[in-house]
Amino acid sequence: MRYSLFSLLGNTLGGHKGWQPTWRDAAPKPSYDVVIVGGGGHGLATAYYLASRYGVRNVAVLEKGWIGGGNMGRNTTIIRSNYLLPGNIPLYELSMKLWEGLEQDFNYNAMVSQRGVLNLYHSDAQRDAYARRGNAMRLHGVDAELLDRDGVRKLYPFLNFDDARFPIQGGLLQARGGTARHDAVAWGFARGASDRGVDIVQNCEVTGITIVDGRVTGVETTRGPIAAGKVGIAVAGSSSRVAAMAGMRLPIESFVLQAMVSEGLKPIIPGVITFGAGHFYISQSDKGGLVFGGDLDGYNSYAQRGNLPTVEDICEGGMALMPAIGRARILRTWAGLCDMSMDGSPIIDRTPTRNLYLNAGWNYGGFKATPGSGLVFAHLLARDEPHPAATELRLDRFARGAVIDEKGQGAQPNLH
Amino acid sequence: MRIPCPYCGSRDVSEFSYLGDAAPQRPDPSGDASSVEAAFFDYVYLRDNPAGPHRGLWYHGAGCRSWLVVRRNPSTHEILDVALAAKEPVA
Ligand SMILES: Cc1cc2nc3c(=O)[nH]c(=O)nc-3n(C[C@H](O)[C@H](O)[C@H](O)COP(=O)(O)OP(=O)(O)OC[C@H]3O[C@@H](n4cnc5c(N)ncnc54)[C@H](O)[C@@H]3O)c2cc1C
Ligand SMILES: [Zn+2]
Repeated sequence: MRYSLFSLLGNTLGGHKGWQPTWRDAAPKPSYDVVIVGGGGHGLATAYYLASRYGVRNVAVLEKGWIGGGNMGRNTTIIRSNYLLPGNIPLYELSMKLWEGLEQDFNYNAMVSQRGVLNLYHSDAQRDAYARRGNAMRLHGVDAELLDRDGVRKLYPFLNFDDARFPIQGGLLQARGGTARHDAVAWGFARGASDRGVDIVQNCEVTGITIVDGRVTGVETTRGPIAAGKVGIAVAGSSSRVAAMAGMRLPIESFVLQAMVSEGLKPIIPGVITFGAGHFYISQSDKGGLVFGGDLDGYNSYAQRGNLPTVEDICEGGMALMPAIGRARILRTWAGLCDMSMDGSPIIDRTPTRNLYLNAGWNYGGFKATPGSGLVFAHLLARDEPHPAATELRLDRFARGAVIDEKGQGAQPNLH
Repeated sequence: MRIPCPYCGSRDVSEFSYLGDAAPQRPDPSGDASSVEAAFFDYVYLRDNPAGPHRGLWYHGAGCRSWLVVRRNPSTHEILDVALAAKEPVA
């Protein structure tokens, strides 16, 4: 069913009894041309673009739980393409362009909202760094605007401009950045893929990767073996565990990232704001909850729940930046599993095993990349060569010394 | 999470900083260049990243300032045991 004013009217007249499930909950077939491991946003987007742009439709997405139950449903929904390094900018900007036409493309309301992302600076050095980042963005055709203190004050008069230690001096604004409804993005991609013949198989954990003569031939799952011409891994925080099934060790460690949401409030924060002096970022959801987060819990973890000192630290950052939120109550906190790569940038590449492909290392920032990641991974799976926007994101870049170290933190995944 | 420091007793995790996996061993830089390079690549970048018991290096900066090797289950936050790094063969 395509959604339109007429389908809405028709179903309204029919008492809303005629709505169909959004996508088919398929049972696995014995064999596929392409099997994608992981039904998060990236796996679903990959299947969608494989079917819609590359004409590969005999595809299955295998998800151990329910689709969107991993990081896809846990992130803080921020989308932006304000990167610095030439290896990264093309991918995130490709993704931003896809966000801008996504809802029309997959005919689903993903609530993409370009409400602006503002990164604050609090010192001369930080201003220079943001000026440089803004220039790099503009050289790549991405929008960026460096605001001074008055520019920020016009947007957000309620911020604490006169903090004794970290007075706000200005900010770097990407007006095209914003938020999107994360669950709806997963459902929209699932629907678009399913309608084109892709099988989305839930409660199907991949437990082994079958390799014959250096070539992948399929996967073992909790619902039996499934043969595959090609296998693509897109499991975010579980990348090391699934890669180990193919005998690979990765330049990745898994960490948890927490986020939290307050009780619903009247609209107070129109855009996304990040605090430059500590780690705190915030936006307001369409339901009114303040959605915010900050640092990783600083040690490797697979727990999908965090620890309280990090929550406290994040809230202190929030109080320093906007004391007005101090009386809002926190409704929920949660955590997701991030596959922190050693340089903080993603890995999209073939693996040493033929016909086995890897999409990993999204760190804590892969939601914004969901459409772009899906498109470039579909390209790699269909054509066996990297998409032009992902040529630098190779697995061997660490060995070659060609790391893409956006934050300059070296090989310390807990610092990226 | 609380870490039982051998000197200070059970303390909140916020007193400690995490350095990383205790398993990687700095390779011997002498020897054949290409195998040394491969060994350093492994040492600097590749990790087992297990979901089960894992040994990590922690610094008790807000306490006795010792380096510790903490064995922990990263899937549950459970601390399995703690030893002084100085007394522990780090491999
Ligand atoms: C708290 C938090 C806030 C974040 N905020 C942002 C943000 O504001 N903006 C942004 O850009 N990014 C953000 N991120 C990062 C972003 O969510 C992730 O980088 C991105 O979602 C990862 O890709 P994915 O959606 O495919 O991952 P996931 O949704 O985690 O998908 C991976 C899937 O693989 C499945 N899987 C794992 N192992 C197996 C197996 N053996 N067999 C079958 N299936 C398996 C998992 O169950 C999971 O569903 C945030 C992350 C967190 C945790
Ligand atoms: Zn101590």
